[in-house]
This record gives sequence, structure tokens and C-alpha cells, in this order.
Amino acid sequence: MSPSNVMSAVPDKDGRFGAFGGRFVAETLMPLVLEVEKAYAAAKDDAGFQPEFDAFLKDYVGRPSPMYFAERLTEHFDGARIWFKRDELNHTGAHKINNCLGQILLAKRMGKTRIIAETGAGQHGVATAAVAARFGLPCIVYMGEEDMRRQRPNVFRMKLLGAEVRGVKSGTATLKDAMNAAMRDWVAHVDDTFYVIGTVAGPHPYPAMVRDFQAVIGHEARTQILEREGRLPDACVACIGGGSNAIGLFHAFLEDDAVRLIGVEAAGEGISTGKHAASLTGGAPGVLHGSRTYILQNDDGQVVDAHSISAGLDYPGIGPEHAWLKELGRVEYVSATDAEALEMFQLCSRKEGILPALEPAHALARTGDLAKKIGRDGLIVMNMCGRGDKDVFTVADALGAEI
Amino acid sequence: MSERLAVRFAALKADNRAGFIAYVMAGDPDLERSWELLRRLPEAGADVVELGFPFTDPTADGPSIEMAGRRALAAGTTLDGVLDLARRFRSEHPDTPLILMGYANPIHRRSWGGFAEQAANAGVDGAIVVDLPPEEDEGLRIAMAARNLALIRLAAPTTDENRLPVVVEKATGFLYYISVTGVTGTGSGATEVVAQGLERLRRKSDLPVVVGFGVRAPEHAESLARHADAVVVGSAIVEAMHEGGLDAALALVSRLADATHAARAGATT
Repeated sequence: MSPSNVMSAVPDKDGRFGAFGGRFVAETLMPLVLEVEKAYAAAKDDAGFQPEFDAFLKDYVGRPSPMYFAERLTEHFDGARIWFKRDELNHTGAHKINNCLGQILLAKRMGKTRIIAETGAGQHGVATAAVAARFGLPCIVYMGEEDMRRQRPNVFRMKLLGAEVRGVKSGTATLKDAMNAAMRDWVAHVDDTFYVIGTVAGPHPYPAMVRDFQAVIGHEARTQILEREGRLPDACVACIGGGSNAIGLFHAFLEDDAVRLIGVEAAGEGISTGKHAASLTGGAPGVLHGSRTYILQNDDGQVVDAHSISAGLDYPGIGPEHAWLKELGRVEYVSATDAEALEMFQLCSRKEGILPALEPAHALARTGDLAKKIGRDGLIVMNMCGRGDKDVFTVADALGAEI
Repeated sequence: MSERLAVRFAALKADNRAGFIAYVMAGDPDLERSWELLRRLPEAGADVVELGFPFTDPTADGPSIEMAGRRALAAGTTLDGVLDLARRFRSEHPDTPLILMGYANPIHRRSWGGFAEQAANAGVDGAIVVDLPPEEDEGLRIAMAARNLALIRLAAPTTDENRLPVVVEKATGFLYYISVTGVTGTGSGATEVVAQGLERLRRKSDLPVVVGFGVRAPEHAESLARHADAVVVGSAIVEAMHEGGLDAALALVSRLADATHAARAGATT
């Protein structure tokens, strides 16, 4: 079966992407997960839902995001022409808000009156807090205390937006632990609460639903690059933590067999050191947070802590659709280290006047390599999925700078 | 279904008594000390034992069991170590049913069939896997059934009438009713409401119906024991073990078991 024939058939009715996905949640949550699935299916069939979503994407988020020719980076790498899909220009500074908007519109339709979310870098928390404020819904964001320390500006932003930020101490006090805490909250408040998951992970229908809300990135990018360059790119590149910006970019290109799709995981201090967050490159299939997917784990099935300088990539799992696309061979999964991301953060800032978030700075490292390799006739679209303002403290720390 | 479970529930029924099920975390604070607690549970009054195996990300558990799991993992507890405890328990207690309870990934890591084989060899009678709802449990359920082991299914207050048939169909061993819409150890709904939930299960299934998740105090166990075939307590025992040690944990198990056993009018204890 060639990949291009099966892309639109996933997931199946049980939320399976091949052997991955599913609904691995406690029975208490199962009826809710089924309710979300049903409500989302009804929304998709409702002629009013998509126009409402599109209208808010346009006027509130600021879509379509531009397609920008990164001329000086192209010169720097002296290879393929590099275009940035500028989702960092969205309201709240990242692609995350596309999904938050979709899910909160759904929550409203379902009559839910309380919003919860987990956040790593804080971008999803900020986006959720913003949209919840816009619709007058109380919002509680779970965030690992280590991430709160790394992402102080975003913590305060969420508070300004009226959200309550609940610090999570357990485990490594990062994104995975925040997700555990959010799931516990959801179990305890099933009647009134909608859980806005921030990436293409979790139980069905979340991986498919979040993908659908983020797919706007790729649909715009495909149209824009055809307009600007008159052809499809040779490759699309995106960073991967849970994988929502990557799926969002890739989905419109999955059936364009000539377009290489490249996901860049966080290699932390290097895959061989064990201190990384590269679930596909360095993990194995397992069950975490509601789905069967690749996770970082030891031989006894205990989840191993992820490590990345980027709080947004610091997660030991990955969306199940990526696990499937890896096994199909449709998407190539590579990685970039903390050091490479830091170097690209500075390079992009100086060459293009764009502070990239540390997450897409990982993507830029492999974009640069690829640009050199495929040469001047080539064309690459990279998702600049978030802006780096939130990372200035982390980068200053890493560079030993006082601010 | 496991013979030992069937025999034990039949005996409880013949006595018109509710059973008491004690949950303890394997490896908390280490394997040897958890063994000292585990081996004494039957004499303290436990009719069935649930042996928790730790997982790094226990999303359905409250802080008590989560922390117990972290202590167990910090002490180096592995699933092999847990199975070894089960084997020792079986050699000392040939008749008391032993159920393993935990999350899917440690089992998935060694394969459904591999786990079922090892559990059967260790003398285990069944398993409760919190994050394997009926929609996802087929692989493990078939592997367990092939070795005459039960895979216990859970029902929650949120499990509505439409869904209940999905849960009870293909259920084995007993049905576990989650008494609270929340994580373990966080208190339970009013007894009348829980009783209604148990009654809904009974209308759909002939299996024994057991209640747990939010039960902490002997009085509470007693009130639920009037409606259920057995009552499970976990977090309170785990806390007693952590805070007061072996004697405190066993004393609590005795009080809980006595209260559960004495609940029904005419109970013979």
C-alpha cells in the first residue's frame, strides 16, 4: 500500500493510526472521551462551525500567516531557497492558538463552563488563557514548576489573561507531569470541564482533532508557496515535541509524494548521552497519556525523563500519527541538539531580524543542512512555529549573559 | 475465570459477608518491607489482595498512591521484583486471591502474552489495568484468559446505561466499581449514590461487584459493604504504612476488614 492512498483514511473509528493511537484512559474518562468525539463529529458536520472557526482565525489570530523568503539565511547556507511559514506572528506568538480556538469553540458548543490545559513552554497555556478570556470561560493551566522557572514571562502572561496557573511538583516538574495533573483534574470535574490538550497526543479524538485544527498551516503554506514559487517545495521541515506544528504543516503535503517531510526532534545533549527528548529516534512503542505511540522508556516500561533546552519539546512521547508516519516511512525524523538550537537562535536573530523560539531553532539546524545538500535549485518551507521572546532568559542563561 | 477468585467470592456469599480487599504498593518503601506487609494481609482480614505495581505516570491515582509508586521506583522496584513478591505470597497463602494492579505500559513493554505467562507462573489470579478500557483490552484479555486469569474491568459513575453493556460483556473475575468521579483516595460519593451505581451493575452482570477508589475509613467501608460483594481500600493503607509503618498499616487493615465483615445483619464473623 503506498502511503498516498491511505493518508485520508486515518484514524479509523477507534482512533487508530495503524498500530498507534487509540484511547488508553481510565473508565471514568472513557464516556467523556466518547462525548468529545461525538461532539467534534457533529461540529464538523455543522455548516456553521467551520465559518465561525475561520472568522476567528482571520480576525483574532491574524491568519493567514505570511510566507516569508528568508533571503539572508538562504545566502548564509548557500543552498536551497528557504521560506518561513510565519506562524510565530499569530496572536500569542505561536501556532498553538489555532488549536485552542478550535477546541474552545467546541467546548462552547458542548456547554462546558470550565477550561483546563497543560503547558510546557507556556505557549499553549497562554493561547488557551487568551481564548478562554475571549469567550468568558474560567481557565486553569497546569505547568511543571521547572517549566514555570524556565518560562517566567509566560506564567505572568497567563495570569494577566485571567488564568490560574497551578504549579506541578511531581516527577521532573515538566510537561509530562503537567499533563498527568490535567488528566487528574479532568477525571475529578467531568461534568463541566473541557480539557484543551495542546498537541496531537492524548486519547482519540484529540490527535485527529488537533491535527485538523492545525492543518490550516499546511493548507495556507501549500497555496502560498505555489503562488510565490510556482511549484511545490522539495521539503517541508518542522520541529517536533508532541508534534502539532509539524502535523499541521505536513498534512496538506502528505499525498505530494515528491515533497520530503522532515520532523526535527530535540536531541538535548545528544542522543547517545540519553539526555534528549527524541521519542521516535531514541524511544520505543508504548502507552502514555491515552495513546499507543513511541515513548522514551526503560526496559521495564517506566517512562524516562526527557531533556531539552526547549521546554516545548521536553516531552517523552509524540503524537501517534507521527509514530505511524515514521513506520510508513512517509516522514523522515531527525534531531538537533541544544547547542545547535542555541546557535540557530542567534543566527536567525542576526540574519533575519527574527527571534525564533528555541523549538523552531531546532528545525532551522536541519533546514540549513538540507539547504546545502539539495543546492540552489531547491526549495524548502520551514515552519517558524513560535517566536523567541519567551526564551530570552533561557538563552541568556545558556550564553552566560546577564540581563 | 480464576478458580481462587470464584471460590473466595462463593464462600463470602455463603457466609452473607462482604469481602475486604486490601491494596498495597509493591516495593514501597522497598521490596522486603512491602513483603512483610503483603504476607500478613490475609491474617489481618484481607479476603483478596491487590498488589500495586508502580508506574512513573499514574494519571488515575491521587497523591498517596502516586508517591508510594515513586518511592517504589526509587527503591529500584521492577515488574520482575513484583512478580517475585507474588510468587512468595502464593507459596505462603495458597487460597487468597492475588490481583496485580497498575498501568498498561510496564505490561505492554514485555508483551501482553509474556506478562500473562509470567503472572500465571507467579500464582497471580488476575490484573486490573487502569488505562486499558474495554476498547483497548482485547490483547491482554485474551492472553490472560488463555491462562485462566481474570482481567478485571472497571465501571465508573460516568459509565452510563448505553456504555455499561460494553463494560460487562466479556468481563471476568469481578466488576470493580469506582465510587468516586476522581482519582484514588479522594473520598467517595454518598453511600446511596454509590449503592445505586452498584445496583446498576448487578442488573447487568452476575459477576461479584466490588467497590473502591475513594474508601478510607472503617465506617465508610462498613456502609458500602451492605451494598457490595467486597470493598477495596488502598490509599489509606498505603498512607498508614508510610507514616506509621507495618504495625499501623496492619492495624488499619484489621479495623477495615472487621468493619466490612460485620456490616450485614446476621453476618457470621
